[in-house]
Formats: sequence, C-alpha cells, structure tokens
Amino acid sequence: MSTATLEAPAKSPMSTSVSETPARTRATNRTIKVSIKRQASPESKAATETFEIPYRPNMNITSLLGEIALNPTTVTGVDTTPISYDANCLEEICGSCAMLINGKAMMACSALVDKLMGPNGDGAITLAPLSKFPVVRDLAVDRSVLFENLKKVKAWVPIDGTYDLGPAPRQFPQVQEQRYPLSNCISCTICMEVCPQFNEATGFVGAATIAQAKLFNMDPAGAVLKPDRLRALAGDGGVQECSFSQNCVQACPKQLPLTEAISDMGRDVFVQQVKDFFTR
Amino acid sequence: MAAATTPRIIVVGGGLAGLSAVIKIAEAGGKVDLFSIVPVKRSHSVCAQGGINAAKNLKGEGDDVLKHFDDTVYGGDFLANQTPVKQMTAQGPAIIDLLDRMGVPFNRTPEGLLDFRRFGGTLYHRTAFAGATAGQQLLYALDEQVRRYESEGKVTKYEGWEFMSAVLGSKGEARGICAMNLRSMETQTFPCDAVIICTGGNGAIFGKSTNSVVCTGSAQSALYQQGAYYANGEFIQVHPTAIPGEDKLRLMSESARGEGGRVWVPRDKLDKRAAASIPEGDRWYFLEERYPKYGNLVPRDIATREIFKVVYEDEMGIDGQPMVYLDVSHLSPERQNKLEGILEIYEKFVGDDPRKVPMKIFPGVHYTMGGLWVDFEQQTNIPGVFAAGEADYSIHGANRLGANSLLSCIYGGFVAGPNAMAYAKALPAQEGDGGHAAELARQKQKNQALLNNKGTQNPFKIWRELGETMTKHATIVRYNPGLDEADAKIVELLDRYRDVNLSDKSQWANTSFAFTRQLYNMLEMARLMVKGARLRDESRGAHYKPDFPNREDKEFLKTTKASFVDGAPKITFEEVDTSFIAPRPRVYTSS
Repeated sequence: MSTATLEAPAKSPMSTSVSETPARTRATNRTIKVSIKRQASPESKAATETFEIPYRPNMNITSLLGEIALNPTTVTGVDTTPISYDANCLEEICGSCAMLINGKAMMACSALVDKLMGPNGDGAITLAPLSKFPVVRDLAVDRSVLFENLKKVKAWVPIDGTYDLGPAPRQFPQVQEQRYPLSNCISCTICMEVCPQFNEATGFVGAATIAQAKLFNMDPAGAVLKPDRLRALAGDGGVQECSFSQNCVQACPKQLPLTEAISDMGRDVFVQQVKDFFTR
Repeated sequence: MAAATTPRIIVVGGGLAGLSAVIKIAEAGGKVDLFSIVPVKRSHSVCAQGGINAAKNLKGEGDDVLKHFDDTVYGGDFLANQTPVKQMTAQGPAIIDLLDRMGVPFNRTPEGLLDFRRFGGTLYHRTAFAGATAGQQLLYALDEQVRRYESEGKVTKYEGWEFMSAVLGSKGEARGICAMNLRSMETQTFPCDAVIICTGGNGAIFGKSTNSVVCTGSAQSALYQQGAYYANGEFIQVHPTAIPGEDKLRLMSESARGEGGRVWVPRDKLDKRAAASIPEGDRWYFLEERYPKYGNLVPRDIATREIFKVVYEDEMGIDGQPMVYLDVSHLSPERQNKLEGILEIYEKFVGDDPRKVPMKIFPGVHYTMGGLWVDFEQQTNIPGVFAAGEADYSIHGANRLGANSLLSCIYGGFVAGPNAMAYAKALPAQEGDGGHAAELARQKQKNQALLNNKGTQNPFKIWRELGETMTKHATIVRYNPGLDEADAKIVELLDRYRDVNLSDKSQWANTSFAFTRQLYNMLEMARLMVKGARLRDESRGAHYKPDFPNREDKEFLKTTKASFVDGAPKITFEEVDTSFIAPRPRVYTSS
C-alpha cells in the first residue's frame, strides 16, 4: 500500500537527477468503479457498496482494496469500514485471496485492474465472496473444509521419525516431473468453487483433495497408505461424484492436471474396491 | 500451571521454523498448541523460491560442511556467532535427507539423486531445489507431517489467532501467552510451560517489501517491549532482484542467476532499443566485469549496492528509471523450465514473457538478519521464551546467503523444540495464577483504549509514512543525519498514533483493528532498527554508511542488543563468538 520506492537518500551525491516519479505511479483523472458485496457477519444480510478509486496503471485487486482502507468512503460519500478479505503473499502462492471478480473465481492478487476494466478502460469491477463457503465477513470465507478433507485422505508420508535415517530412495526425474505439478496446489479452493458437483447434496471432496491423494500415492514411501486413501475416496462424496465438467482444470490458477488426477484416481479406487471385495 | 508430566508447549507461527519445532515436540511426546494468524499452509515460508543449502557434495566438487560453514560466516561478514552456524551447516545434509523422505519433490539427476544448483556467495553447487518453489514444497511437507500429528491428537492448531504478548510469572518466566481471535476479536490467555516464537520477518515496517502481509514483526516487538533483547536489528537484507510493484515488491529468486541469468544495462544510457535487440557488445554486464570470480552470484548486499550505484551514481538505469535487466532469455528451455514458478510470476504481474525478453528488476527489502536475541539453545533472555527462524538473529550475521534461510528455519526449530521440552520438564510450579489475570487485563485495556479513541489519524496513513521514511533512510545506503531524521519521524508517528481513529469499531473479523495493534509494535521496532544503525559507525554486510566505508572490527565486531528502557531503545554491545574462524577481510573481487 505504501508508495515508497528505494531511492537515494538526501545526502547521496546523485540523488535527485533520476528520481522522477516513474510512469507507473503517475495518477490521471480516470477512476475505477468497484462494487463490492459486503456482509458484516455470517448471520447478517449482504449488501453492495460501490467505491470510486483514482486510477493508477498496474493496480491489482488487492491494491484496490488497500486504497479503500486508506479512505473508506463510498461513491455516494457515506463513511464505511475497510473491506475484510484474506490476503497474505500477494504473489499467488499462499492461496489466501480467492474471490469472485466480475463473477469469476480468481486470485485477487494476480487479477490486474487494467485487464478487468476491458479494452476501453471504463468497465466497472464487481467483487463478491466465494459462493460455496460460509462467509466470515465481506470477502473473507471459511475454507477449512479443504484442510479437513486432506486429513481424511492422509495426505502425508508416514515417516518413521525425524532422526537421521540417511537418504530417501532414489527417484527418477520422470517421477519428480509428474509429482511436482500436483505439489503446486495452493489450496485456494477455486476448483471446488467452480465445480457443479461440489455442494451439500453430493458431499464431494473436490478436485484438490483427489490430486493430493494421487501425489502421495506416487511417493515411494507415501504409497504405503495408498489403500487407505483410495478407500477414503470410494463411495458417496468420493471420486465417483465427479461429472467431468472440466471446470476445475480450466479455473485452476496453478494449472494442475486435475482431471487427469481424477480419472487416474477413479481407476485406482475401482481396482481397490475389486481387491477389497475378494479379500475382505 | 505446574510442570506436568506431559509438558505443554506453545509454538507461535506456522512457517518452516514453527512447524519444525512442532514436529520435534510431538515426536518427543509433548503437547503442542500451534498459533498462527493465517492457516499455517499460507505462511510466508511459502514464498521462498530458490532452494535450501547443504553440502552434500553430489557434484564431485569436493564440497563439505566446513566449507559451507566458512562461506556462511564470511558471507555474513563475521558478525554471526560461529557455534550455531557450525552446528547448522553440519546438520544440513541430514535435514535435506529428511525432507526428501517426507516427499518433497526435489529436482533429480538422471541417476535419481538430488540435483543441486549454484547460489550466491559460494562457488559450489550446494542448493537443493524443487523448481523455483522450494519454500512452498518444504512448507507443505512439514505442514503434512503436522496435520498427521494433529489427526493423532498431539497438536492443536489455533489458526486465525494473533499473539499479543507473553504471560510472565512472578520470576519473569513464561507461563503462557495472550492472543486475540481474529474473527471474534476475543482476547484471552493460554497456559504453557514454554513458548517458541517463530513469527518470521518484519518487512511491513518498510511499507513495500518482498514479504507477506503478516510479516510485521509485531510479536517480536511485543516481546522486546516486555523485556526481551532484540539483536542486530539494523541488519536488513535488501534483495538485488525484485519486480517493482504497486502493492509489493515481488521476488525474482537468486536461482535465476544460479541457473545462468545475467544482470546488465545498456552501455549507452541513451540506448532506446528494445532489450532483446541490443547486441552483446552494447551490454554492460557490470557484476561480471567487477567480480570475475563470482560474477552474478556475489552475495546479495554486494549485488544490491552495485545495482543501486549503477542507477543512482552512474545514472545508467533503463530509460533513466530505477531498474536494470535480469536476463534469462538466453538460457536453454531445460534451464528455463527449472525456473518456471518465478518466470510465471513475472509474466502474470508484468505481462512480458521473461523466456524471450529480459526482466526489469530493482532491489527490494527482503529479510531481517536481526531478530530476538537467543542463546545457543535458541532461548531468549526471558526464561521459557524461545525463538527460531527469521524471528531470531542467530545465524546470518550482517548478511544472509541465499538458500540459507530455509535451512536456518528448520535447524532453529529442531533445536528450539527439544530444548523447550527439556526446559519445561525442569520448570517448578508457578506461583499464583502465573500472571494470567494481570496480562489479560493489560491487553484488554489496550484494546479498549483503541476502540474508544476519538482521534483523527488514519492508521494506514501512519503506516505509509513509516514505510517511506524507513525505506528512504534505513535500507541500502545510510547516513547519520538521515537516520536522525528517521528517528524524529518515528517519534512523531508514535505521537500521532495516540490520536489514531479506527474507521471500523466492530468486534467481528475487524482486520483494521488487528492491523492498528500491529502498527504500534512496528513503530517501536522501527526505532530500535534506526538506533542500531545510527550507532554502528562502520560498514559491514548489509549495513553500509558511505561516511564510514570500512569494517571496524575493533569497535564493532559486536552484536547489537536493544532493550526497551523507559519507552525507548537502549543499545548495548556483546562480543561475537569467533572461536573457529578468525575474521579476515571480506573481498569478492579477486579473479
């Protein structure tokens, strides 16, 4: 939110000559109109507030929300409160700031205002909380369901201990190249938000959890829990709920191969069920 | 709370250091309560990019842990106590093996072994990596282990809680913490036998930095105000290569140079050609020219100063702007592929494809070498309060080498966890309520004062001014008059803070209320950083004063210790442990 850039301190011999305001911070008379769906608490009613923010090039949605905090007044001149939202890294790696931007589930930090305002640069922007998770306040929602799901599929390698047991088994680069993209999941829950099957009726765990189950099944030591993970993904709410709408793979900000993971896990769950049928 | 048979430890902060401590305690049979502002999987460690150092010597170069030790001490300009650095570097290879066993998808050689890349301040391939998202991969691996312990009932997570202060018993020892629920805004105390502070860095004090939003240093500052020493606060790492941005400075990992990326500007400052069309002969690779041996991989403080000089003294920044090129466009697709994570960040936020066009970068505040003072057991001077990771000062001296931070986090957590357990087992029973009621009352009084304040000052504006003054006076180049000006400004801001007005006085998920509490702690910490810089009349590592350009070992080969006395920082100096390597001049220029 601060505009300070590193520059030469006053006593530096050449401090003034090049420290003209860079183009990216030069303000114009243009403004950005942003309408935000707000809700004071989980129980209270939602209402929309509209703000008009002075335009600067290269803004993103999180910097826009920061501008509102500096001057929380609506377009009609009503004093209001700063917007509550989750954000942390601001570089699309922590997974915090997912929200609906112009109706689309996106990360607020990497959503650039210049693009959102359209080719004429005059489009209004709307912000709303993700729709499939309980609202905490304004744009902040409770997404703890994902972390609970990760417990159900035992998304970890059950190591013997943290003492020195020497190197792990060797692993060919090809295996690493398959595992690494799955390990890039930032738990943003966008895949769950956009999935038509992710709702209370199905109890579907969603693509992110299934992809993590695949990741740990592929680890040489993590594979010891493979049957447990597959059983957790069998039955109601499991991998079978997927309707292959492909929404998840299109919306994922980290381009995880989600549909591939779901179909691989669907096959593995089936094989496990057959095995269990004959041995249990 | 009496010393129970099962010690109860509180860990504050769920990044690499905190999670490492949690795992060690749970493994040893202790009970852990883990407090974090954000879900721990979203902690700032996730932003680390390049990798983690350990002298595994898998490239036939004759690397060993003592060379890693020497590079770290020398890179830190001899300010670090050598005993913990020696232990950390010795444990490096075993820590890498452990992470590998936890399933971290490290890059591999064709034989299936761990691959290693070059990093700054060393001539060896010593950095294990997972693409360019090593921090994310390591954080997730530890997060998964903690989730496993959580499902077994050994760990209780308090996510969405912010540390306010320590609860101190009659002898000044830790008996719990006071924390605020960031949804219900309820403040309460929690009992424990020992607490481990792993709350990371303090980049927010500079307004814009490469740090995450939660990196305010608020917890460390609260403890400093409760009597903990804060050490080497003036040593702030400004990373040479970040993308200038509206809201933050986005890191472009040193691994870009580790994989062969080159820093340059046009030889002719009036050269208006597109970067890609400027021929080799018209490019000035100033780092390679000035540092033939290390080239683009000199330590960060040096690369940062060189870029700063090229821009502000030679006036050679691109188009007269404070920017230089970081070029990976000449690298093979295989090498570019190893940098995918960071190249995507650049493309997403800037719009140009760095695989084809050189990136435009400039230094940005990145890391604090300083932190809570700890002994070699990671314990602060408050009994029962331990610290680890970026929140403590112990490993990196005057300048941190790239890819040493992830190692120091895990090492620190691995030391602090078992030591906190041992301390807790020997702790006598508390007197009375252990100070809980008094501390709760003190914190509630602060909250009430803030909510009832009818002032006119916007906290976000105070923060912006703090960031501007700190960035201007207390980063790459420091002058005593400027530091005096900065201190006067912070005192003015502290005064205005008394008149702060919350535009949101509600008691549900009030982020500006929590921020305003943090802001006070940022202001107090900024003062100690400026004071430490003001008194250190020398240049060492990241601390550079043109008026005092030399390292002055006689006077300043000393740890700066700040304590909070009568509402202001009081600085004392402590001898540095140099028991293994005699200090020698730090010169990276020889070929």
